[in-house]
Amino acid sequence: MSAPSALRTPWLPKLVVAPSFVLSFLFIYGLMAWNGYLSVSASRLLPNYEFVGLAQYVTLFENERWWVALQNMAIFGALFIGGGMAVGLLLAILLDQKVRAEGVLRTIYLYPMALSFIVTGTAWKWILNPGLGLEHLMQQWGFSDFTFGWLVDPDMAIYCVVIAGIWQSAGFVMALFLAGLRGIDESIIKAAQVDGASLPRIYWRILIPTLRPVFFSTLMVVSHLAIKSFDLVMALTAGGPGYATDLPATFMYTMAFSRGQIGLGAASATIMLATVAAIVVPYLYSELRVKKC
Amino acid sequence: MNTTAQPLRRHLLALSVAVIAGTGFATSAWAGEVEVLHWWTSGGEAKAASALKATLQAKGHTWKDFAVAGGGGDSAMTVLKSRVVSGNAPAAAQIKGPSLQEWAREGVLANMDDVAKAEKWDELLPKVVSDGMKYQGHYIAAPVNVHRVNWLWANPEAFKKAGAKVPTNWDEFFVAAEALKKAGIIPVAHGGQNWQDFTTFESVALGVGGVDFYKKALVQLDPATLKSDTMVKVLTTFKRVKGYTDKNAPGRDWNLATAMVIKGEAGMQLMGDWAKGEFIAAGKVPGKDFVCAAAPGTAKAFTFNVDSFALFKLKNDANVKAQKDLASAILSPAFQELFNLNKGSIPVRLGMDMGKFDDCAKLSSTDFVATAKSGGLVPSIAHGMAVPSAAEGAIKDAISAFWNSDKMTVPDAVAKLVAAARTK
Repeated sequence: MSAPSALRTPWLPKLVVAPSFVLSFLFIYGLMAWNGYLSVSASRLLPNYEFVGLAQYVTLFENERWWVALQNMAIFGALFIGGGMAVGLLLAILLDQKVRAEGVLRTIYLYPMALSFIVTGTAWKWILNPGLGLEHLMQQWGFSDFTFGWLVDPDMAIYCVVIAGIWQSAGFVMALFLAGLRGIDESIIKAAQVDGASLPRIYWRILIPTLRPVFFSTLMVVSHLAIKSFDLVMALTAGGPGYATDLPATFMYTMAFSRGQIGLGAASATIMLATVAAIVVPYLYSELRVKKC
Repeated sequence: MNTTAQPLRRHLLALSVAVIAGTGFATSAWAGEVEVLHWWTSGGEAKAASALKATLQAKGHTWKDFAVAGGGGDSAMTVLKSRVVSGNAPAAAQIKGPSLQEWAREGVLANMDDVAKAEKWDELLPKVVSDGMKYQGHYIAAPVNVHRVNWLWANPEAFKKAGAKVPTNWDEFFVAAEALKKAGIIPVAHGGQNWQDFTTFESVALGVGGVDFYKKALVQLDPATLKSDTMVKVLTTFKRVKGYTDKNAPGRDWNLATAMVIKGEAGMQLMGDWAKGEFIAAGKVPGKDFVCAAAPGTAKAFTFNVDSFALFKLKNDANVKAQKDLASAILSPAFQELFNLNKGSIPVRLGMDMGKFDDCAKLSSTDFVATAKSGGLVPSIAHGMAVPSAAEGAIKDAISAFWNSDKMTVPDAVAKLVAAARTK
């Protein structure tokens, strides 16, 4: 009896893991490689394997719309990540003051994360529409000079996307920070209080610095959300007015699927992959190194 | 080996017979199956599609509906691409304009010359249209209908209130718009999506620049014409129109803009004849409750948007036969009439009896026939009829950016247009 079981042990786990390994290798890394190859091919309407070198990348970086997308990415990324984390941290600190009905408040703040970005986008599209939402409401209340037309202004529309994005993600960030704050030993705070530190000072000098690892993982989650964000823009502005709120993901979709430029779309997707990798690889590296020690 | 394989094979045979019988494959010996990809899912369109289905079923073929919802057809195209790449193309798919040539270039479309010859398509169709259905001189697609894009829809009630008359050229247009504005009516209902911006632009270009300018600048993409003074005039006029739209326009769907004209909130709209469907659905009568007129300055021209079915290469002979029957049914007078009555467009087949159609369709049809002879029949760029999709997209981007930006000057816009026209 003992002989077969000894035999089974080495190959069984491998066999169990093998299908998922093969599948993920094929459908994640395989497709990444395929996309990479398409980006150096002459693909138009259908995939085509004629090698054209870096021509698609040259076209991509000559395309003004791509630059608009990158610029929007920078604005959206910085404000969405920065704003989301600032608002989230603020909410977490306020909730940390042992307020009454904390559970209810926490649920309310966290709830937007349960909605899909499509819902958030559509709702904010109505709220920010000058003829239906905020502006209309304020004017009806008698503030006839009130104007808020960011959504229809090509220069400001991207900030509407930022607002909706922050609204969506702040609750989630709050939950992460709150968990972090609760994980800090009470005695540290007590000791600081004994030393005569004020509450803001305790947060600023002691608690927030202790949250460093939480900051880091939150940043990871929120920044990849920013880079791949697609549905929020599609629902809120559909990239408009004109193409003023295009992001790399919407650019990629438009080129590859509605304009018959698969090669160009693949090139932009590769650039996005490279951007994500630039964030994730150092993170993975640091994580794995910690484990070895 | 054989003994074990035998029962298995018998099993498979029984199974496949069951499957075939279950889906109603083998109704008659020569019957094939036609699978048709389309996005006619709204009320009138679905009715029209079922007419085609009935015609083919009468010939004993099986109809396999492959409807993918989504008006623009983007999602349908994505599905189609995956099917074609995997070697499982449908018999026909709704594809139009230069995209037909792009698909043909990939070598996946079938040659329909024998049907076309037998049914005399060359004589039935205007040359501009039939040229679009051919790749290297061979028919690869069948046209279904013609939409006229250069229409101006107006609400006569609003015009009466403002004391204005329906404009016939762009100078009159601005006089009327000013009067409407004074009367507290939004002069122009507009939806700020890039194809709607471009539909307006197209009508302005045709009205201000004329047919030759339109063809040279926007179909042949001639850089000198794109830079000409006429283009400057076109762009200036185009931008002036924006001043008469409301500021909530960005992102609005075209049918909501049409609803504004129906309700009298807005005076007029520049939109293709699918807008008529909205008026009719609201119980309005053409000529009485709403006015359809050629867009200012374009009475002698006709911007067309022709829907068509591309026919894919198939392997099974019975299915090929069914596909040919489909192609011939599409151009039959009965289907052309029934379909277009439901769709709001006009038959692509020349010399049809227009008795059952409404006044707008009759006007459209007369102009279609006349312009086909005079050379005023031009393809619509906004609806993917004139230039390859990559260039079309780039040009639309340029025009939309100009329409939406308050900072971009006309020379900047010209430079952008010229750059966009170089997109390959």
